[in-house]
Amino acid sequence: MQFAFTEEQDLIREAAQTFFREHGASQRVRAAMETPLGYDEGSWATMVREMGWAGIALPESVGGTGLGNVELAILQEEAGRCVQPSPFFSTVCLAAPAIRHAGTPAQQESLLGPIATGEARAALALTGAGGAPGLEGIGVTLERSGRKSRLVGEASYVVHGHAADLLVVAARSPGSRGAEGVSLIALPAGTKGVRIEKLVALDLTRPMARIRLENVEVTTTQILGEPEAAAAALTQALRLAQIALAAEQTGGAQGALETTTAYAKQRVQFGRAIGSFQAIKHRLADMMIAAEAAKSAAYYAACIADTAIGELAEAAAIAKSRCSDAFFDCAANMVQLHGGIGFTWEHDAQLYFKRARASSTLLGTPQYHRELLAQLMGLGAAS
Amino acid sequence: MRLDFSPQEETFRREAATWLEGQLSGPFADLRTGRAHDISAPERRKEWERALGRARWSAIGWPEEYGGRNATLAEQVIFAEEYARARAPGRLGHLGIELCGPTILALGTEAQKRRFLPKMSAGEEYWCQGYSEPNAGSDLSNVRTRARLEKGPNGPEWVIEGQKTWTSLAQFADWCFLVTRTEEGSTGARGLSYLLVPMHQKGVTIRPIRQMTGEAEFNETFFDGARTAAENVVGAPGEGWKVAMATLSFERGASTLAQQMGFRNQLDAIIGAAKDNGAARDPLIRQRLAEAYAGLKIMRASSLRMLTSAQSGKLSPEAFTYKIFWATWHRKLGELAMDVLGPAGELGTAAPYELQELTKMFLFSRADTIYAGTNQVQRNIIAERALGLPKEPRGGA
Repeated sequence: MQFAFTEEQDLIREAAQTFFREHGASQRVRAAMETPLGYDEGSWATMVREMGWAGIALPESVGGTGLGNVELAILQEEAGRCVQPSPFFSTVCLAAPAIRHAGTPAQQESLLGPIATGEARAALALTGAGGAPGLEGIGVTLERSGRKSRLVGEASYVVHGHAADLLVVAARSPGSRGAEGVSLIALPAGTKGVRIEKLVALDLTRPMARIRLENVEVTTTQILGEPEAAAAALTQALRLAQIALAAEQTGGAQGALETTTAYAKQRVQFGRAIGSFQAIKHRLADMMIAAEAAKSAAYYAACIADTAIGELAEAAAIAKSRCSDAFFDCAANMVQLHGGIGFTWEHDAQLYFKRARASSTLLGTPQYHRELLAQLMGLGAAS
Repeated sequence: MRLDFSPQEETFRREAATWLEGQLSGPFADLRTGRAHDISAPERRKEWERALGRARWSAIGWPEEYGGRNATLAEQVIFAEEYARARAPGRLGHLGIELCGPTILALGTEAQKRRFLPKMSAGEEYWCQGYSEPNAGSDLSNVRTRARLEKGPNGPEWVIEGQKTWTSLAQFADWCFLVTRTEEGSTGARGLSYLLVPMHQKGVTIRPIRQMTGEAEFNETFFDGARTAAENVVGAPGEGWKVAMATLSFERGASTLAQQMGFRNQLDAIIGAAKDNGAARDPLIRQRLAEAYAGLKIMRASSLRMLTSAQSGKLSPEAFTYKIFWATWHRKLGELAMDVLGPAGELGTAAPYELQELTKMFLFSRADTIYAGTNQVQRNIIAERALGLPKEPRGGA
């Protein structure tokens, strides 16, 4: 038992901090989010080609670094601290685990290889127009007849779907429910019949797309693993993604706390720094309490994901619910404690606030995860 | 970063669990309550402390020469968890073993260690904490109790005058670790000393304070010409503030894990009640039960982070937030218990004022956000020491 980062992990964090000090600087973030692509291609190339981060949690057999979820959490935390926009989350934290857990060894090699080296950006097309998180929200149908299959339907809320080279599409067999009939399909974004539309999203630093599939033909080799048997793999991948997102939210909470603390020390009203007033101090203290609890939850969950002890489902639900709440509270306080300037477009508080709200919804709200937890705790069904 | 235990550590866990089970299903079955705040049957509780001492389970982190086992951090974590899992009773000796003992180990003289530690770990001498006073609560450095050196029959002695309050377990204590002013005319944190004072003497008077639960765990303690030998000062005379603060840092030790297991028992009782009376089907109650469960898991993760850093001599940021986190969590748990129990929770079990366990917990948890630094003081400490915000201006008088 050693619940602290190793020296190697500390070095990864230092490297990430150095990288994001430059590439996550406010001006750079804001310039990137205004472009049609929504992120800085130069920063992305450095992240995945020079730093090799896209493969950090992928096995060496597919060209990854062979590290784990704790290292991934560190990168996510530092990226979240400056709300840097990039397709890292969609590619590395969402699509890659889905391929890894559902794909055959051959599919893993051919699909994860280009992700690990930074050649491919990927997205997970999961949630239909209804917006329900998890398997119940899948809005695409896989119609199979003989060796040919067709995808029909719509996935919305697809994070960085407009920038993806590869789509991993979650689909259901007609009329299936629950864990039955779920397939995952690897689909190049340029496939005939795939229509990708970038949406106007609340969070400008994490754009989303709507993907319409109009009788898209897929071959058997594109179906990851066995058809209609991907529910367990997808569930596992989503838990890992929830943990990675929780780590990012932890960074967001910490970033909001740091910026607001610095402002409270420097802003003078009534002849003194506003940070000398208990009304301000106590809110900042509450932000730190929430941020530290969030870190404990996220690190714990990442550690569980790597050591396979305890229950991953429980740890993911705890991390996603608590880190969502912590980030939202910290971002809301960031707006409030900055006063008028905190409400402007010009100030970064809006970026944190919007990211906090959007990431709270993404992959299940705190309420959703607490209800999951209630079931895991053996409370039975709700009335 | 890893959370699992080695095979040797698991062997240690079995050894501890086996011993605890043997005792608590055998000679000490009557003490298997799992209650942290319990002042009934003090003589039996002292027998339990002595049994722990004989088997060297009393202060396992201490060196062997003082009755410990030189246990590693992981072993201390394991023992604390097994202790609570076995529903062993709250420790009557905890103020000595968890607060004063570690302070003497860190800052005391060789003679003090040899004199006090073995009797502490053996359950032969019990301790209470003399910090708070009627006018020194949150503002602890406003201590008014005074001590001066005088000639005694066997050499110089400190002679103490003043009043302490909220002294838990003083009625069972043989000794008190006392923060007192030893420099005439000094104010604030300067001029204080950390004295070790025998309780059984003329000049020490204890008056119980009945608390809202109806029980009296706390006391007022009056020192009226009470005496202790000149050498019974930890650290240099006048340096008592530093020593007193060191003691408070030991509140964040491995015993936090045992406290959490006690919380777990309470949460389980609430879950059981919710399933029995149907509250568990209520979506809002489910949210709160899940939130409580998540909070408890986070508390454990925070403790393990804190303990791991402390081992390498670092005070990590979560250490500042730990007290207010658990206290606030527990206070909310008390409210949740009452909402789950419904009207039945508001009925006692016996006259004159015997309450159900969870109802008592609801009441007692109101003290959690007051003692050992109120939530308001905790927020000041976090803001000033962890975030570096400007210090509170001090009043004139």
